[in-house]
Amino acid sequence: MTPQEVDPRQMRARYPDVFDRPASTRLAMPAMIVAAFAILIYGLVDLDFSPSRFFAGLSQLGWISLMMIPPDPGSSLPIYLKALGETLSIALLGTTLAAVFALPVSLLAARNIVPSNILRFPIRRFLDSIRGVDTLIWALVWINVVGLGPFAGVLAIAVSDFGAFGKLFSEAIEGADQKQVEGIRASGGSALHEIRFGLLPQVLPVIAGQVLYFIESNTRSATIIGIVGAGGIGLQLAEQIRVLEWQKVSFLILMILVAVAAIDFISGKLRFAIIGRRAVA
Amino acid sequence: MTVAVSILPEQQLAALNAAYRQAVARRRLRLLVGAAIFAAALVLAAIGAEVNLRTLFTYFGNFVSYFDRILTLDSGQRVWTDVGEWLWGWRKWLKMLGETLLISYVGTLIGATFAFALNFFAAENTSPSPWLRFTVRRLLEFARTVPGIVFALVFVIAFGLGPMAGVLAIAIHSTGALGKLFSEIVENADMKPVEGIRSTGASWLSCMRFAIVPQVTAGYASYALLRFEINVREASVMGFVGAGGIGQELVVAIRKFYYSDVSAILLTIIVTVFIIDITTGWLRGRLFGKEART
Repeated sequence: MTPQEVDPRQMRARYPDVFDRPASTRLAMPAMIVAAFAILIYGLVDLDFSPSRFFAGLSQLGWISLMMIPPDPGSSLPIYLKALGETLSIALLGTTLAAVFALPVSLLAARNIVPSNILRFPIRRFLDSIRGVDTLIWALVWINVVGLGPFAGVLAIAVSDFGAFGKLFSEAIEGADQKQVEGIRASGGSALHEIRFGLLPQVLPVIAGQVLYFIESNTRSATIIGIVGAGGIGLQLAEQIRVLEWQKVSFLILMILVAVAAIDFISGKLRFAIIGRRAVA
Repeated sequence: MTVAVSILPEQQLAALNAAYRQAVARRRLRLLVGAAIFAAALVLAAIGAEVNLRTLFTYFGNFVSYFDRILTLDSGQRVWTDVGEWLWGWRKWLKMLGETLLISYVGTLIGATFAFALNFFAAENTSPSPWLRFTVRRLLEFARTVPGIVFALVFVIAFGLGPMAGVLAIAIHSTGALGKLFSEIVENADMKPVEGIRSTGASWLSCMRFAIVPQVTAGYASYALLRFEINVREASVMGFVGAGGIGQELVVAIRKFYYSDVSAILLTIIVTVFIIDITTGWLRGRLFGKEART
């Protein structure tokens, strides 16, 4: 069988929407790419990128990487281990505090519990604004209030996660099945009974999964809030970087990587144990 | 209609009840043990983090009054009574905010480009060789796990103070995060087009270009936009370590107790983050339909 000769003109006539697209749709993609590159070039110029600076920095970076080998804690290993423990403590406590305070507020932000838009709207915006502020900024604020140290870190993580949890929990509650709540109401339960026996059993596993996930991700956040003075291993890391002790720096980074991997592993196992294999948030 | 509830004989009922109680008791015990372990971990953590409830109670008033103070002008009035005075530095702050947005834009674009170049090597189904996949995956993992601000700290020393360090830090972190997400999209791609193109004798590169890329572009763009959103927040604190952007102004205002400036800068950051969130959400909805808006 030989392939049939195709007349291009005939094909053009038969499939106009493939061959003769209007100029606006044909030009949209290239125009977007050109615009993206124009902004990129403008950005590079505006942000003081110059090849000479870039390559000088790169060689400096290569030098630093060489200095980092081999990782060596010197004599401060016990201090670092204590700092790592502090970091894990900050993550655990901060997340727990946030979850405890976020649960009641999330009930108020859920559509199926508080039907009134007027009441829900300010709570949602309030949670959004808290989330819009980075954990590091909260850490700076809390340092002003309770002083330098890990306690400020705990409170910073608690506040910034409060915003995230409030939103996530309220979404979990809105996704819950109303039939069980109606069942409780039909048997004469009060509004609180409805929440306790109708909603919470459905919502708690989801929430537990999210809390565990946040403990995991907060281990990462807790490593950096030390940079502004809120305790934990970030404090040591920032100090060692500033005094250019590169071997200690690489050791600390390795410690963080190992700790994060270990927490990931443990919380992954726990999450499966609590909510089963089905829904991993 | 009457519903007849059949009641089992006493003996059978007792056996069932006993079994039920046992099952419930076992679950309760497990829950209690879990709660006890959790409580013990909390107590340990509280000691480790030097939590002092007395400090908290003594100073909690400070936290509330801190917000009172940042919402008060030097003249003692509330900030919103004199907006001109409150936002006195808006020209400078808007410029710094623009710089912050540029940092995150350039960083995201560079990161996405590198992630795009690397992800085909990291994906299970398209990687040319297992050892290459292993190396690229570990590389991406490293770039993703080390926090962006730690990269920034190191880069500030290597490249000097300024936004360049922030851009590179964000670019590296985005490469790690996006590389993983991109390679997951590739792993979910349909492999039949690849077979079709390979059967015509095409090289690996052509297979990627004509069989995989058309399937994954929408997903890539969606994730890149989401990353841009995250990077705007990240870039707002890069200034804390001297890597450019509005964070520099904020940290100075907080450390030097310029109270009303703190609230003004925070306001501009929150508003910017809102606008970016809404715009990228809308853009993603426009470009890729509702399902890509998660």
